Amino acid sequence: MLDFVQQLVSGIALGCVYGLIALGFVLVYKATEVVNFAQGDLMMLGGFFAFTFIGMLGLNYWVGFAGAVICMALFGMLAERVVVRPILGYPQFSIIMATIGLGYFLRSVSGMIWGTDDFKIETPFSQGVVRIGSLVLAYDKLSVIAATIILCALLYLFFNRTTLGTAMRASSENMLAAYYMGIPVKRVVSIVWAISAAVATCAGVLLAPITFIHSNVGLVLGLKAFPAAVLGGFGSIPGAVVGGVLIGVIESMAGFYLPQGWKDVAPYIVLLAVLLLKPEGLFGLHVRKKV
Amino acid sequence: MRFLFKTDYEDDIRLFPHSGYIYSYGLLLAVLLVAPYVLSSYLMSQLVFVCIYATVGVGLLILTGFTGQASLGHAAFLAIGAYTAAYLQQFNVPFPVYFLAAGLLTGVVGALVGFPALRLQGIYLVIATISFAFIVEEILARWESVTHGNEGMRVKTIQLFGTTVSRDGPTFYYLCLAVLVLTIVGTLNLLRSPTGRAFVAIRDSETAARSMGINVALYKVKSFAISAAITGFAGVLFAHKLSFISPEMFTLQLSIEFIIVILIGGTFSLHGAVLGAIFLVMIDPFLTYLKDDMPGVISGVAATLGAGTERAGHIQDAVAAFASANGLKGAIYGIIIVVFVLFEPLGLYGRWLKIKLFFQLFPLYKRATFKRQKIYVKSERNR
Repeated sequence: MLDFVQQLVSGIALGCVYGLIALGFVLVYKATEVVNFAQGDLMMLGGFFAFTFIGMLGLNYWVGFAGAVICMALFGMLAERVVVRPILGYPQFSIIMATIGLGYFLRSVSGMIWGTDDFKIETPFSQGVVRIGSLVLAYDKLSVIAATIILCALLYLFFNRTTLGTAMRASSENMLAAYYMGIPVKRVVSIVWAISAAVATCAGVLLAPITFIHSNVGLVLGLKAFPAAVLGGFGSIPGAVVGGVLIGVIESMAGFYLPQGWKDVAPYIVLLAVLLLKPEGLFGLHVRKKV
Repeated sequence: MRFLFKTDYEDDIRLFPHSGYIYSYGLLLAVLLVAPYVLSSYLMSQLVFVCIYATVGVGLLILTGFTGQASLGHAAFLAIGAYTAAYLQQFNVPFPVYFLAAGLLTGVVGALVGFPALRLQGIYLVIATISFAFIVEEILARWESVTHGNEGMRVKTIQLFGTTVSRDGPTFYYLCLAVLVLTIVGTLNLLRSPTGRAFVAIRDSETAARSMGINVALYKVKSFAISAAITGFAGVLFAHKLSFISPEMFTLQLSIEFIIVILIGGTFSLHGAVLGAIFLVMIDPFLTYLKDDMPGVISGVAATLGAGTERAGHIQDAVAAFASANGLKGAIYGIIIVVFVLFEPLGLYGRWLKIKLFFQLFPLYKRATFKRQKIYVKSERNR
């Protein structure tokens, strides 16, 4: 039973990271119907920025964290401006390919700059545990869970309560109509990319104590975030996080209770099952087919 | 400018619309046939890879280019073809038999993937095919009694009609070329048949295709099966060329390379698969050239421009360090994909058509002829 709870908590912590990456997918998808295959790589880059600020320049953790988030938000806007905006409105496959290319580029360039070693960021949560009875919970895992909940709540409020959030939802419904209504669609899309890159950076920094940061971490985790996003229903913010947590728990349980090898494929088996049985996901809207 | 006067449908679907085609493709074939006697063994080996990649590209074009179903899982089909060959070879099954068996098995697997894929579209299909490829990769790594797991499998040389076909010899190249040419001719015939026209109709509008009486589900599954089978054939050749296969060769990276092939070449014509394969495979020799010769060339240029010997030496070292940097290939791939998607969406073959049309129409050519239409209104979510 204790093992079970232990696995559950570490699964939830890992799942929160998946959830945060999936959140990035969902934000961009909601606003522009673009699926950003480079989301994991944005996370990796954010981790590297944070490592540069905290580990190499020796800044305070929180200052470095904020610096990385701001840098990555600007980088997200730049990436949107250079790669995505020129092809907005073209078939989705082109845009997917463009973001895959962007991911390739980021991975190789950050490998060239920071090398291919593993990096670790010293955080205030690195050491220390909470003991509840004989249950031992590490701070780093709890910090991921707490940060995910806070981020998720903030984003939920942002999308549902602010004018900018409403504008984003409107431009995701129908860009042309939103434009006619006076919404600056281009700027909205730009901001969405900034937010999504910032969320990815949070995921990267929070992940750093759990897994090391290296140039391929984005690919590995980014691909695990797809099952999370699909399970939650592409386009639903709470869905992304819930999906992420479920995938994290499933992976963790499969690693513990099932024979070797299941751990890595379990998320994808779940993904295929969801796509076949309930393609709109747990929280997705069911839309009627229009001709 | 040549005007083709067509009087009936048979004229319209001819494989060779006019005699110029026969001469130019005949010349190309002649050049390819004498290539082994002219080129170095390294370039020959690259040319074999071009044939294999182009075969996969043709398979992928049927599915992605002509039926409009994107797939990022073709490495898995290649793996199934390669492993079938390696497995059957252990029991002394003759080459023609396991070659066909590999294609057949991969085709069946492709159809099995095609059935669930019927419900999926766009991004969901891409994600589902990626997952399928992951699962296949994991199965290959774990099913040790058949695939020898991560240790990989050795693939013996081909025994064909009592002779041994070495993987580096010209005969193997001719074999790959023959498979490629047969695949292309077969696909061209397929595309001008009712099946091919149904594929294109489904790509252009599924709803319209259905209302014209096309059984969309049937043709999608067919497209998956044919595409997978062709990839399976290529997989057999791939296994023989490498002479050793292991699960980590058939990763997402390889699937992406196949997509790059058709993306660079152009997704609307079979020429694209071949041009894209040439482009992709030749990146490696280009990088080697960059590593070996470029530093010397650049420092030589710098020296003649007046930089001192020492400066030239520094420049040489810097260029060498850049050219042999670890991720250079990945970065080049990334830039190539983005540049082609942004600036040359019709690919290399599209560029060729544009140049051709420019000269045909000479002062009247307009850039807008090839302009794509942007759609901001239609949402893929409520399709």
